[in-house]
Amino acid sequence: MKYPNSFRKSLWTFLFNAGSCNGCEIEMVALLTPRYDVERFGIKLVGSPRHADLLLITGPVTRKIAPRLRMVYEQMPDPKVVINVGVCGVSGGAFYESYSLIGPVDDIIPVDVYVPGCPPRPEAIIHAAVKALEKLERAEVAS
Amino acid sequence: MGNVLLILFGTLAVAAFGIITGLVFLGVDRILVARMQARIGPPWQQPFFDFFKLMSKENVIPRNSIPWLFNLAPLLALASSIVLLLYLPIGSFPALLAAHGDLILIVYLLIVPALAMVVGGFASSSPYATIGAQREMVTMISYELPLATIAVAYAWKLGQAGVAHPFALSSITANPIWGLVGPVGLAGAVLLLLVLIVVTPGELSRIPFDTPEAETELAGGLLVEYSGRNFALFYLALGVKSIVMAALVVALFFPWNVSDFIALPTVAARIADLAFWLLKIEVVIFFAASLIRISLARLRINHVVSLYWKYLGAVGFLALALLMIDGMIA
Repeated sequence: MKYPNSFRKSLWTFLFNAGSCNGCEIEMVALLTPRYDVERFGIKLVGSPRHADLLLITGPVTRKIAPRLRMVYEQMPDPKVVINVGVCGVSGGAFYESYSLIGPVDDIIPVDVYVPGCPPRPEAIIHAAVKALEKLERAEVAS
Repeated sequence: MGNVLLILFGTLAVAAFGIITGLVFLGVDRILVARMQARIGPPWQQPFFDFFKLMSKENVIPRNSIPWLFNLAPLLALASSIVLLLYLPIGSFPALLAAHGDLILIVYLLIVPALAMVVGGFASSSPYATIGAQREMVTMISYELPLATIAVAYAWKLGQAGVAHPFALSSITANPIWGLVGPVGLAGAVLLLLVLIVVTPGELSRIPFDTPEAETELAGGLLVEYSGRNFALFYLALGVKSIVMAALVVALFFPWNVSDFIALPTVAARIADLAFWLLKIEVVIFFAASLIRISLARLRINHVVSLYWKYLGAVGFLALALLMIDGMIA
């Protein structure tokens, strides 16, 4: 998939909660506040995966949400980037012993960048978006 | 033959002008909204970046959809918005098709972009889009009444003042309503302006009337299945539609030009008028879209209906009555 130059100036984001405790969501909402204001870089939240370029996933993947996560990923038009926010999606985090998990996220869909932390700081999420763009530039998108 | 060529190239010029200014004003709107929230906001070219990004993306056509309708709807929305712009004066340039249509035609044509979105919503056959399309139809039906009262009040006033062709936009811009009315009618005219300002965000599906799109509950509503090129065309249509609505407000209520007051050579007058027109458009978009969008939350669909039908309809009829009383006193 050819890397579109315009992604650097316009990255529409879809939030997906795969069983998160809402801690990561609070940090993501902080991204939209005057302090971080990611709209400066053309990043904005959209309501439909069809409009999105970037999929931000939070939480360990529960058994119920896994098919939905796969569906949302497939609904996104190419080219697309996936970022996993929080340590839950990496290893299960605080929920690692739970009977209802079938995560981590990269067992379900390919992930481009991982942001560890419980929750990660907003700066770390912006850094991850930059990393994902660099990765796209090298045309290494896992799609 | 020359006339046909003029209309052909004029249409292309107006389309390019409408699309570019539409996108620029969407960018300005986003900056102003960000500044009011104490944010810095995106650069003014952001809608252009968004547009080129969307054009470079995959254009998904859902399996359950009706493909030809699904693909036709965005084209129809953009084309009908541009057609509307052909009937409205831009600066001191008269409307390209001024001889072929009047205010009634504009009120009718205003339905078409919204109808195209409804068609697209139904054609995508997603439950979210279907609910969004139904809400858009209900919104359309509700703002028709206040919009029609404006047209009726205007034509009645102009007809009573003895202006020939009271429905023609050229006679409306030549005789601003403010000069035709006494103090009572002035109150009526201000109310009419208020009604049109409140109808504008409904027409554009902006907050608080964005119930058909409602990102948080309907995930984008009408537009939920649209991506890539089709979504980019809807994006352009939104920009052109903002210009159209603002141009309608300007043509009905603020039709003055710089060249009416200062004597300028022809070319300079045209440029000054165009710049002044763009300023007026921005002021209207600021008060009718940006400021309302930032100060209010989304209304529920039944609130939208009761606001437009009951309250704004009543205000419209009150304005009409005031204009008539004014006519009887004078």
